[in-house]
Order: sequence, then C-alpha cells, then structure tokens
Amino acid sequence: MSDTTYTSTYSATDPYGSTTADESGRVFTVGGGDWDDVVGSVDPIDAERIVVNMGPQHPSTHGVLRLVLELEGETVARSRLVIGYLHTGIEKNMEFRNWTQAVTFITRCDYLSPLFNEATYCLGVERLLGVEEQIPERVNVIRVLVMELQRISSHLVWIATSGLEIGAITMMLFGLRERERILEILEMITGLRMNHAYIRPGGVAQDLPPGAVDRIREFLPYMRGKVDEYETLLTANPIWIKRNKDVGVLDTRGCLQLGVTGPLLRASGFAWDLRKEMPYCGYDSYDFDVVTSPAGDCFARYLVRINEMRQSLRIIEQALDKLRPGPVMIEDKKIAWPAQLALGGDGLGNSLDHIRHIMGESMEALIHHFKLVTEGFRVPPGQAYVPVESPRGELGAHVVSDGGTRPYRVHLRDPSFVNLQAVPVLIEGGMIADVITSVASVDPVMGGVDR
Amino acid sequence: MTSGDTRDMFGASGYGDTSGFGQIAVRQPDVASTAKPYGGWFDEATDALESAYAGFGDAIERVVVHRGELTLFVKRESLLDVCRTLRDEPRLRFEHFSGVSGVDYPNDPTGRRLHAVYHLLSMTYRRRLRLEVCVTTEDPHVPSVTGIYPTANWHERETWDFFGIVFDGHPGLTRIEMPDDWPGHPQRKDYPLGGVPVEYKGAQVPPPDERRSYA
Repeated sequence: MSDTTYTSTYSATDPYGSTTADESGRVFTVGGGDWDDVVGSVDPIDAERIVVNMGPQHPSTHGVLRLVLELEGETVARSRLVIGYLHTGIEKNMEFRNWTQAVTFITRCDYLSPLFNEATYCLGVERLLGVEEQIPERVNVIRVLVMELQRISSHLVWIATSGLEIGAITMMLFGLRERERILEILEMITGLRMNHAYIRPGGVAQDLPPGAVDRIREFLPYMRGKVDEYETLLTANPIWIKRNKDVGVLDTRGCLQLGVTGPLLRASGFAWDLRKEMPYCGYDSYDFDVVTSPAGDCFARYLVRINEMRQSLRIIEQALDKLRPGPVMIEDKKIAWPAQLALGGDGLGNSLDHIRHIMGESMEALIHHFKLVTEGFRVPPGQAYVPVESPRGELGAHVVSDGGTRPYRVHLRDPSFVNLQAVPVLIEGGMIADVITSVASVDPVMGGVDR
Repeated sequence: MTSGDTRDMFGASGYGDTSGFGQIAVRQPDVASTAKPYGGWFDEATDALESAYAGFGDAIERVVVHRGELTLFVKRESLLDVCRTLRDEPRLRFEHFSGVSGVDYPNDPTGRRLHAVYHLLSMTYRRRLRLEVCVTTEDPHVPSVTGIYPTANWHERETWDFFGIVFDGHPGLTRIEMPDDWPGHPQRKDYPLGGVPVEYKGAQVPPPDERRSYA
C-alpha cells in the first residue's frame, strides 16, 4: 500500500479540464494488505468526502455502467457516469455490410428489445426507398405483434432485475419465468430467442409458422394473470413502497430538458407515447391507453411499466384479430429478399421449392437471387429518421444513404443513452442505497448505450 | 464507400457490375435544395421561423425537403439563435431535442466534410425537423447547444469522440465511448474498420473493409 499526495497538473494542459482550485487529495493505492490499515489511515473528520467507483463490474449497474460517486457518509454528494465499456462499433460495421445484412448488426444494440432496433432501422430504409405505402398490411400487423410481445419481455426483465436488486428475489424468478415463455414464442416465430434479425427492409424474414397464433392466444390469459400476481406481490408491499416511493424523483420539466422519454416521462405525468402521437406500423388503428402516473418517482415508473404490460396484451389481442392471409414481403422484386425460408433437417434455410426454381428452372431467377444476395439493392441518396417507441423511450435510427448498396451512415438514438444522463439528477443528495433503485428505474441497457 | 480507384479482392476496380442489375452508372443525385412551396406544415414552420428570427436569410444556407422530412442547413454562427427561436417561438415550439448525429462526407463539394445533424421534435405540434451544420476538418468548431437543450451534452461528446467536431462552450467535451487516450476519430470515413482475415473451409475470407464493394 502506498500513500501519495496527488496534485493535478492536468488542467494546465487540458483545455476542458476543471478550473476549480481544489484538486488535491489523497490517493490510496491498495494492492493487498489489510483493509483495516487503509480505513484506519483515513482521518474521519479530515476527509469527509470519499470517492467510490461503483462498477463497471458491479452486479446492480445493469451491465457495465460505471458510477463515480462522491460520498459524504452515506449521502451521494456528486456523481458522474462513465460509459463506453460495451462499445462494439456496430454503427461503423454497418457501413461495411449491405442494407439487409446491416439488420443483423443493429439488432444487437439494445439486446433486450432487438426487434425495436430492427423496426426503426427498417422504417428508415423504407422511407428512403419511398416504399412506405407498399408495405403489406400483414407485415405491419406481424411487426406490431412481435414488438409488443418483446415490450412485455423487456419490462419483465426490468421488473425481475429491479426486484432482485432490492431484495425481492421472488420477483426475479417470476419475471424470468414468464420472459422465457415469450422468448419461446419469439423463437418459434423468428428462429432465435434474441437478436432476431426478423424485421427486414420491405417486410419480415418469414411468415408466422403454423401454431404460432394459437400459442400466443394461449399465452395472453396466462400473462394477464401473472401481471395481476406481480401487483399482488409488490404494489402494496411495505418494503417495495419504502424503497421506491419518493426515490429518484424527476418531474416533467426535468424530463424535457434532459430529453428523457419513455416510461420515465410518462411516470412524471406526461402522456407522450410515439405509438399514439406519431403512429407508425398502423398503431393508430389499435385501441390502447397511454399509461401515466403523476408522482415521477421510482414507484410511479413501476406502476407505468406494469400497466404497459397490460396495454401490450390488449394490443397483441387486437393484432391477432387483424391478421389476414397475405404476403409478408414487399412485392417489388428488386428489394424483396428472393428466397422463402423453410425449416429443413439441418435448420432454417432457403426453401427447397426456391432452390429447385433457381437451380433447375430459371436462369434469370438464379442471376436475380445471386445479385440481390451478394450485392443487395440500392437506396436513393438522402437521410431519414423514423423513431419508434421502444420499451425505454424514443428509439430512432438516423439512416443516411449515398445511393449505394450499403448504409452510408446509421446512427442510433438510443433512449438508454439519453435517459442515463438523468441519473445524477436522480441520485445526487440521496442515499447510496437509493442509487441502486434509481439506476434500475431508468432501465438502461448498456448494449444500446454504447453500441 | 465510394471506392474510387481502389482494387477489391477480385482485382476489379471501381464498380464491377456488368449485369445491369444495379442500373450500372446511373446514380441519382442528392437532393441539393428545394424551392418553395415545400408543402405540408413545412411552409408554415419556415415562415414562422423567418418572421421570428431576423437573420433567417443569412443563417439558413439551404432548405431540403426529401421523403417528407424537412432539413435546414444552418450556418454555425447562427445555430444557437436558430435553436433558441425554434424552441421558444410559440408557433414552432421544438421543445424536445432528439440528438446529434455526425456524418462524414469526404467528397463534399464545399470541402466542409463534417456534418453535425440535429433532430428536433415539437411535442406541441407533433412535428420533426432536422438541422444540419457543415464544417471542415481544419476548423471543426460548432457552438454547443447544451445551453439551450441540456440533453445535448452526451450527444455532443459522442459526436466529438467519433467525428472530431469540437463543440465550443460544452461544459466538458471529453471522449465518451472510446478510451480517453484513443487516437483519431473512428467514425470518419478515412478511419479504417480494422479486422483480421478469417479462414473458412480452407479459404481465406478477407476482413470486411477489404471485401468487394459494390459502391
């Protein structure tokens, strides 16, 4: 253990460094030894503020978020958030794949709601192509169906992990148990439990398999009962109320200044939901309510998310009724992926009918297939921004094309990234134990934050 | 990826398509500028901005309406005034700032290759608007809008990190996604993607940025 007095010379060279005078303090480098020696060498009266690093490997930071907390006793005096530990260059990578392949990248951003990433990207590409009107009705219904299923599963992960973090371990088991049911349904429809790459420019990868509708119909009453069960467990639970009520308060004014959207904004009493206000995928034809709660604290966010699950169930039910037979890909063969997929003995692949057609019947079909798969389609130059309401708020892909077969630039406006900025407002001046609740109530997904 | 003269893995230069599938060399030009009337609420909003902000003629370089979206190209000197007017003017009310996104156009005819793209949303009127500010790499300075929209803080740090656009007046413009000591700005077009060749069934597949590009 070494003990040095640290005086910053950083501000002299760094134009963005702090200009405040007081930058010296003691730094403790702890490498083995007895922790009591470290603690004992601190004069409790002299050094009232200590800086604690929470994360990036802390289990309750929802991934690799790092919080630098300045503590006075158990009170958080100042806080700073550090992100970037999960940056994978998804946006850069997409510039080196064609428009269809890029879906498999953007789906990996926010890994709890991949279908929403795909949806906003594909809506942007479709707008640039000018084919928004040509998207078949069945595609829109299926998109709504899978997105709302995923919204429930995302909220389930939120309620499960938040419950776990403040001691409600039952909630963890319950939440993940029901999420598993949803993942099984999504696996049945898309072939994958997560990172589906199911929504594609022009439509969806494949039609609903036989039995999927019945399976979802069976799931609805089951899930409705489970949401009631969570409420029985938590809403009147004195521990849950004490840990959540009046904790991490952010009012509408603060939300708007900090660009906060989604359940946080609605939990401050402002009924802003893009599904209602600026509808996409035909959301204007569904009957559902925008859930709000006035208090702006963690408990209000819990109530909003719980009731949003109920609204999603309502939407799913209506979507099932709206399903009509029809194509699940745009008719324009210069955009539509040429192959119909089918499940074979060795997994999902091109359907045998399609292979027979291109290999045995039509040379032109083979050329067409080859060109579209290797080269892809061209998107006219321009830029588009078509956000969707993800489980965490406004999720939008800024899609730029230079007229080529690859995205020129895609930027994802991820709601977790923006909402995390509000965390210092939520936690400063509060107790360190409430940091856990507040960060959890933001529901950040670091895959989306860092991309 | 305007590959230009670079040769790809098969030795073809430029765009190697001879099938006619992609309509060979016919490239639609970018929409440069739109003339009035713009249609929809665009006229109403631009007129409101023009009457509320005296320097409109100088500030707005061009107006682009494309695919039902309105983009205003703003001179950087006027960005703050334009943003403040857009936010406060009762006929505009763009209260919500969705984000800043950088785009790098190395072949920009004016030489101002770095574009900062701002997405604004009016929750009152349910309208979306895009502002675009273009700067050169030699003088990549844009005023920070954090004083008007506090939410721009992290967005501007990200755009600095990835594109090297300096937002003057930002309270703490440091890298946000890349490590603090990272050299270069990774989302610029001249920054390599990197990667290693992969062996698959005995053949070598080159890294993604060296594979054949169809422009």
